[in-house]
Amino acid sequence: MANQSKKIPYQHIIGFILSITLTLLAAWTAIRSNLPVMWIIIAILAMAVIQAAIQLFMFMHITERGAGNAPWNMMFHGAVVAVILVAGSLFTMSFGFSHDHGGGSHGQHQQEQHEQQHDN
Amino acid sequence: MSTEESNAKPLEYQTEQGEMSIIGFWVFLAAEIALFGTLFATYAVLFGRTADAPAPAELFEPGTVLIMTFILLTSSFTCGIAIHEMRRGSVKGVMTWLIITLALGLSFISLEIYEFIHYAHEGATLQSSAFWSAFFVLAGTHGVHVSLGIGWAILLLIQTAQRGITPITSRKIFIFGLYWHFLDVVWIFIFTGVYLIGMVL
Repeated sequence: MANQSKKIPYQHIIGFILSITLTLLAAWTAIRSNLPVMWIIIAILAMAVIQAAIQLFMFMHITERGAGNAPWNMMFHGAVVAVILVAGSLFTMSFGFSHDHGGGSHGQHQQEQHEQQHDN
Repeated sequence: MSTEESNAKPLEYQTEQGEMSIIGFWVFLAAEIALFGTLFATYAVLFGRTADAPAPAELFEPGTVLIMTFILLTSSFTCGIAIHEMRRGSVKGVMTWLIITLALGLSFISLEIYEFIHYAHEGATLQSSAFWSAFFVLAGTHGVHVSLGIGWAILLLIQTAQRGITPITSRKIFIFGLYWHFLDVVWIFIFTGVYLIGMVL
């Protein structure tokens, strides 16, 4: 019955510490660092992807043999669909247009305005 | 690829039904990714369309959101420990760690409700602007999932207390674990894509 007789789940502990560290690092990057806005966004999104991978590999046992290749297939294709949805929607709806109302649209024009505000 | 695991499969995979249920749940999770993908896309497109309602940067507070994130990360960790205890065959271990997970999940939901009430007082509700509609639907859908997960775990706790760790209960607990970790993955993207980016832009 006791298949995994390891007493201490090292993998979980390492994953947990890494997640907490990455969260703090992402929060610090967003709130305290003085990087340009674009770089902040790229950096925190990259950290989010790493954290998601930690959850999948260290907590959800995605490589476990029990369920064959299904978990890996499902997560990979799900992620592709999600990326196409978000990037595609932004590309068709926001880029190249300028909206007069509201700040923080994703168009180039507003991006520059924000960077200027950021510098002040 | 595979780590140093013993040759025998864990209990939840030993029956064909258990194996099929777990594969089926991964299919469900893929559909959930697509669901949250559409909500994220809507949110991203409507970002900044706040009309007369407050801007996100005025309302988002790093403190509360960080606490919520840590609570959910910890609950994902304790849930992982529960699965680990289950594989060691310890009923008491599973129950204890699942109850801790539940308590953390409940505090997460309480904080989220508190946060939403606070936003509503400041004039940001589901009806106030396109941006806030997208925000509340995205964060709210995640909150509903967490609430459902809490109800599900309570039922599993009762069943485990009555029947112990069998191929059926272990399969159910394992699937709940997958669900709970998945909610944490979604929250990481909400934390980054909604709150952090909302505070930066």
